[in-house]
Amino acid sequence: MSAVLDTHGHGDHAHDDHGHAPSGWKRWVYATNHKDIGTLYLLFSFTMLMIGGVLALLIRAELFQPGLQLVNPELFNQFTTMHGLIMVFGAIMPAFVGFANWMIPLQIGASDMAFARMNNFSFWLMIPAGLMLAGSFFMPGGAPAAGWTLYAPLTLQMGPSMDAGIFAMHILGASSIMGSINIIVTILNMRAPGMTLMKMPMFAWTWRITAYLLIAVMPVLAGAITMTLTDRHFGTSFFNPAGGGDPVMYQHIFWFFGHPEVYIMILPAFGIVSQIIPAFARKKLFGYSSMVYATASIAILSFIVWAHHMYTTGMPVTGQLFFMYATMLISVPTGVKVFNWVATMWRGSMTFETPMLFAVGFIFVFTMGGFTGLILSMAPIDLQLQDGYYVVAHFHYVLVAGSLFAMFAGAYYWMPKWTGVMYKESRGKLHFWWTLIAFNVTFFPMHFLGLAGMPRRYADYPMQFADFNAIASVGAFFFGFAQVYFFFFIVLPCMLGKGEKAAQQPWEGAEGLEWEVPSPAPHHTYETPPKLNADANKVIG
Amino acid sequence: MKSIPNKLASLLCHAGVWAGAWVATAAQAVNDLPGGPAVNQLNLPEPATKIAAEQNSLHWMMLILCTVIFVAVFSVMFYSIWKHRKSVGHKPANFHESVTVEIVWTIVPFIIVILMALPATKLLVAQKDTTNADLTVKATGYQWKWGYDYIKGEGEGIGFISTLDSGQRAMSDAGKPQGDNYLFKVDNPLVVPVGKKIRVITTANDVIHAFAVPQFGIKQDAIPGFVRDTWFRAEKVGFFYGQCQELCGKEHAYMPIHVKVVSAEDYTKWVDGEKKKLAAKADDPSKVWTQTDLIARGEKVYAANCAACHQANGKGAGPILPLDGSAKVLDADKLVQVQVLLNGQNNGAMPAWKQLSDTEIAAVITFTKNSWSNKTGQIVQPAEVKTARK
Repeated sequence: MSAVLDTHGHGDHAHDDHGHAPSGWKRWVYATNHKDIGTLYLLFSFTMLMIGGVLALLIRAELFQPGLQLVNPELFNQFTTMHGLIMVFGAIMPAFVGFANWMIPLQIGASDMAFARMNNFSFWLMIPAGLMLAGSFFMPGGAPAAGWTLYAPLTLQMGPSMDAGIFAMHILGASSIMGSINIIVTILNMRAPGMTLMKMPMFAWTWRITAYLLIAVMPVLAGAITMTLTDRHFGTSFFNPAGGGDPVMYQHIFWFFGHPEVYIMILPAFGIVSQIIPAFARKKLFGYSSMVYATASIAILSFIVWAHHMYTTGMPVTGQLFFMYATMLISVPTGVKVFNWVATMWRGSMTFETPMLFAVGFIFVFTMGGFTGLILSMAPIDLQLQDGYYVVAHFHYVLVAGSLFAMFAGAYYWMPKWTGVMYKESRGKLHFWWTLIAFNVTFFPMHFLGLAGMPRRYADYPMQFADFNAIASVGAFFFGFAQVYFFFFIVLPCMLGKGEKAAQQPWEGAEGLEWEVPSPAPHHTYETPPKLNADANKVIG
Repeated sequence: MKSIPNKLASLLCHAGVWAGAWVATAAQAVNDLPGGPAVNQLNLPEPATKIAAEQNSLHWMMLILCTVIFVAVFSVMFYSIWKHRKSVGHKPANFHESVTVEIVWTIVPFIIVILMALPATKLLVAQKDTTNADLTVKATGYQWKWGYDYIKGEGEGIGFISTLDSGQRAMSDAGKPQGDNYLFKVDNPLVVPVGKKIRVITTANDVIHAFAVPQFGIKQDAIPGFVRDTWFRAEKVGFFYGQCQELCGKEHAYMPIHVKVVSAEDYTKWVDGEKKKLAAKADDPSKVWTQTDLIARGEKVYAANCAACHQANGKGAGPILPLDGSAKVLDADKLVQVQVLLNGQNNGAMPAWKQLSDTEIAAVITFTKNSWSNKTGQIVQPAEVKTARK
């Protein structure tokens, strides 16, 4: 049976539970085990992915043809807003925290996360927040409809659900901060002897940097939405021009959070891919230390580029030039990462199981998103594309084909360790090709729509845009069904323990401490610090 | 270079013929809109200003450079995928580090990025230069229409509101749109002379909007409480279209921008006519109206400004409060409703309508007080509104 659904430890690890492990619902509600909490995070984020996905399909259904067929524009705006909020704060961020919970202690040879009860708290805080976000549709006046960026002063016109949304974001922010503190403390204090920082697996490295970013910027978001809240109810005028406030200041504060936020959503993906490529190329990661430095450079640069989201607000020319140069600079360390991945594959001995397919797919499609990002970074061109479908295409190329593909790669890579069951390779391959093709059918035409001038967040559009919208809508539904297939035909069988039993080391070329424990990983691992070899990737007694 | 998108477009159109058959949208009946989007347009619009033309060539330059780099990098990757597979018996090499290589592929992209930044800088500086304008027009974003005021230059003093054609809004609701200019048709387009530098000052009345005309290569947020500016010099006469580009509430998709570029002589003629009309149309706020006339006038004002939210039947919808049977509308103190119109309420969910004339406000209030089930018999005269404004 799998570790995921297993109530007790395994026979050969009789000491694992010390005879007082909670069982039944208490195992999950009182969970302090990093693996259980990781599972909870992953299941929660997949649920939110489905809710956000249904909203996306409602959007695409309405946009299938010009004219309003299904919803009114007010409801449409609620869909786009909640799709964004739920995907960013409910699906992608918690999913990476789930990966971190499961894998970081295993990868660095720690017994658990540093603060087990805070870990439990940071997960269970997400449930009320998620319910509040998803439930805001049933509040008077419907869900917030100001876009996921919640620009003032439109937020001042929203109904009571806006306050629920702000509350939910505060809770999610607190949860993220706690999760980040936990990850940083775990990495800094609980590494097994011999696991120096520069021997750490890339996933732990990228998460460490991500956690610093989170701690730096989540309070900034909290500040922005708190000011929105006091503007709405307590007579302040931070963003209300009628009282001397500045709506553009909201955008500066929001994007000072928002740009590091997009790297928060991609850096752990870089980490996952950096582990999978070497494993299936049967060759060490090329330029490990330059990968670490590139990640750190991206993180540092992310703090000085925020206003490239605001070229059309009307900055002084020097301001635009500064943000344009800084943004273009980011392509340098990002390019280094892509080159290193290709160099890792070069003259390797590659096989293409599903994790590798998703990782290679990630590099290929993410790089397209990277190049459109470079094009968007140029202020004169961005002026044409800002707030249009080109931008929508760009950020879905980096967030869906980037973050989500990397998470699929990671899920296939580590699921044997999580569940003790090997997924069916043919199903994994089907899922990959289905997802890749449907993704491109959905989002590639959006580049054309954006270049032709179709604005985003439009419930209805001129007739000239009809064909590409129809293609995108059809692709979106195929993409959505692929993920339902993923859950019912790949994840669920593994969780139920149906399928071939996985070996401790199911991948020939994979290295790292997570493969030094049995599959499924027993409830407790590395209770005493393991003794490591010189490369810190094997236990030697 | 222009032929590349055209060829691509024709290729795609061929593919689109059979795709279109099963997609079965009405799109096949639609044609390119001159000055607006083309059917299945693949690239930036055909430029009508120098700035837009330079944006196009900058975009082409970036597209080509990025494609070349992309193809180069991924040829290496796919070559490796093809040759260095375990299934063809390739044995893994052992290298995993090279400082030289790392430095090379940091420096080279850095240099490429600098080369890309040079033309962009030049163009950016040019498009931010709004000095020495021949004509200055203020564009004010309202929920959900544009107001244009000619501030400086020929036509100074002209001002009007530009709203989407209500027939097109109705088509949208019915889900059966048609016409090449669907969602672009307005009652009063912005009229400007050809070949003159037009400075557009943007601001907004309620929330942030964005003024954009793709063929001019301009997009500028219109921010309440602040003024920003941009400029264009149209090189040919004709109609040019844009749409609001910043989410501004539920009717965001329904506040297009329609610019009519005319020759200098036609522009002078238009200004003369407009000035005469303005003089004739100016409502004397001290005129005393009969109830029938006010209601008839008010119905038009209502249809143009209020019906989008409160609906033609006055019942409202969702968060929008009904006017039919509303306590504020039925209030014996007429000033209650006058104040709502002048100042808005609920944090601007009901916006202020002070940009309407005294006569228009008086008319629309009289209309709502005597329509549907509302039978107050009250009349609000323009003079009362004028007093209330102070």
